[in-house]
Amino acid sequence: MRSAKRLALIGCLSCLLGAFGAQDGQARDLTVVSWGGNYQDAQRKIYFEPFSKLSGKPVLDESWDGGIGVIAAKVKAGVPNWDVVQVEAEELALGCADGFYEKLDWSKLGGKESFLPAAVSDCGVGAIVWSTALSYDAGKLTTAPTSWADFWNVEKFPGKRGLRRGPKYALEFALMADGVPADKVYETLGTPAGVDRAFKKLDALKPHIVWWESGAQPLQLLASGEVVMTSAYNGRISGINKSEGKNFKVVWPGSVYAVDSWVVLKDSPNRQAGMDFIAFASKAENQAKLPDYIAYGLPNKQAASAVPAALQGDLPTTPKNLEGTLALDADFWVDNIEELNARFNAWLAR
Amino acid sequence: MSRATAGERSRAFLLVAPLLLFLAVFFLWPLGAMVTAAVSDEAVSTVMPRTAEAMADWDGAGLPPQPVQRALVEDLRAADDQQALGEAVRRLNSAVSGFRTLLTRTAGAARDAADPGAVSLPAVDPRWEQPRFWLALKAAVPRYTDRNLLAAVDLRRDADGAIVNADPEAAANRVIMARTFLVAATVTLACAAIGLPYAMLAAAATGWVRAALLMAVLLPLWTSLLVRTAAWFILLQNEGLINGALQAIGLIEEPLPLIFNRLGVVIAMTHVLLPFMVLPIYSVLLSVPRNLMPAAASMGAGPLRAFWHVLLPLSLPGLLSGSLLVFMVAIGYYITPALVGGAGDQMISSVIAFYATGTANWGMAGALGLILLTVTTLLYLVYGRLSRSPQLPGA
Repeated sequence: MRSAKRLALIGCLSCLLGAFGAQDGQARDLTVVSWGGNYQDAQRKIYFEPFSKLSGKPVLDESWDGGIGVIAAKVKAGVPNWDVVQVEAEELALGCADGFYEKLDWSKLGGKESFLPAAVSDCGVGAIVWSTALSYDAGKLTTAPTSWADFWNVEKFPGKRGLRRGPKYALEFALMADGVPADKVYETLGTPAGVDRAFKKLDALKPHIVWWESGAQPLQLLASGEVVMTSAYNGRISGINKSEGKNFKVVWPGSVYAVDSWVVLKDSPNRQAGMDFIAFASKAENQAKLPDYIAYGLPNKQAASAVPAALQGDLPTTPKNLEGTLALDADFWVDNIEELNARFNAWLAR
Repeated sequence: MSRATAGERSRAFLLVAPLLLFLAVFFLWPLGAMVTAAVSDEAVSTVMPRTAEAMADWDGAGLPPQPVQRALVEDLRAADDQQALGEAVRRLNSAVSGFRTLLTRTAGAARDAADPGAVSLPAVDPRWEQPRFWLALKAAVPRYTDRNLLAAVDLRRDADGAIVNADPEAAANRVIMARTFLVAATVTLACAAIGLPYAMLAAAATGWVRAALLMAVLLPLWTSLLVRTAAWFILLQNEGLINGALQAIGLIEEPLPLIFNRLGVVIAMTHVLLPFMVLPIYSVLLSVPRNLMPAAASMGAGPLRAFWHVLLPLSLPGLLSGSLLVFMVAIGYYITPALVGGAGDQMISSVIAFYATGTANWGMAGALGLILLTVTTLLYLVYGRLSRSPQLPGA
């Protein structure tokens, strides 16, 4: 009786060990992580599913909201449970410097010269060029705002405004509203007086601001009339125009554009499959399908030129839309985000 | 009573072993890790042992002597663990903004130099002529630090090591912490005000009425927090159902500001947390004999008096544990204030999340968590005293 019990116990324990052991030995499915919403739906159609068919192996996709802390935690766990991640410019710079990503073999990607310069790094290749811009509902506003100065002008455009919560973007927009030309924004922000100036400008608008956090919120705020204007991600604006027949407009001058990149996490068990996936998603003929679904710019030059003229008008990379815009300075934010965020929180709390 | 044999005792231990193991793995270990993260500061001394040693001889006045500078160059040359170096950089940049680009550039120059002794740091980057970068480096050398704990309550050490208030321009933790407790307390009061009568009603009802009342509390509990918060978003917004209805019946002209302010947060959080108040009170009331109220009435007590002297004291244990539960859960709230709150309604969890996931500054996240835990533990002890006192008011 007793020995039977012991046997059962040992059996149970070995079962448990076996279960843990099996997880280590067995290769996980390739896990690709992106930013959710209608953007990831598009990616699933044009990248994930075709790649899975081509390689004969399933591709799992997950979504996240960014943050280098998330990547750091995954990589420090030893074997990350994500393989390929689409990261923002700061996460690319930080993670590449800190050794969180595998180095890319650019010869497999078609060479660095096939891509926009901002989309090329040792650890990542650009996935999209996207823009944060002043947006409004043209169905509701009869006079069109044209600049961040208009965004700050509550007499001419009464009502609340939406801005992404946090110092990033808010400070850039405030300086531009205060008359700083786009190409002088980061120079000004680099000085304590410039930061003071930006916060002072934000002070003036503070009672009228609704702060949002996730990319879907500004659309909702605009649609419900809660705000008259908001900063928003350009792809989502044209996306909702298409899917729900809205007449939301984007003001390109003064918008801030940035490049998101694909990376493979350090020591990923699916390193090779991940690299193959990135190469697949960076191919001109595959990337060129994206603007059909969502209006983001393409880092692959050949893909960008293959986009039909009808879709060009909505892309942040179209020369006409690039006039008067600002490229996000990832280095500036990598250095200053913690200090400016503390100040921003203190400013909000006052 | 027979004395337990060693075998029986070990079997008893085996029975609780899974529980102990669970506690150790999912409670004690993370707690220990959090405390360690908050006070340990080994990132810099691990990667820069030579600099750490040389720093000991520098008193912190002016610029450090040549041996320190040379030690730094040698450390950067020798640093081959990129992740460890990254951690040191993150730690330093958190103390003085700009360290990241400074060290990246310096490390590159140190690696490329043929002779480490010939590298002149100010020539690599003029920022090395500013003492504040060197002082931050010196401050990062000891293996343990109280800077995170101090920063969590808006304090810092000045150049002489005395504890002073942090720059008010950049200090908001105390305000946000106080706000967190205020919101949690308001929500607890609101939950108690609604939950107590509700639980009494549910306990007094029978049959399908009771089932319906309980269902109304339980159903939301089974729904995702995010969905419930989003539902409040739809109800409370300017063109939402509530404002629309009030405007339609002509009670108000302009929409009431119900969302993106404290009121919205309290309404939504009260709804989300109400089950945690109703259920403990309800379960306590179930054990109260039903004939007590008629008995009080038969002895001449009016309904109010009977409630005050009989029912309320008997339901107090439930009210207390419900309040504690609601309060404890409420201080950790994060999604609801972010979605329906305004700029002045963010709670401490959002700051912790910023450090944990946003900048990977786990020391700061741990320190803030620790402060929150300490205050909560204190409150729990007070609660323990309160609920143990034998004489309940009015009993």
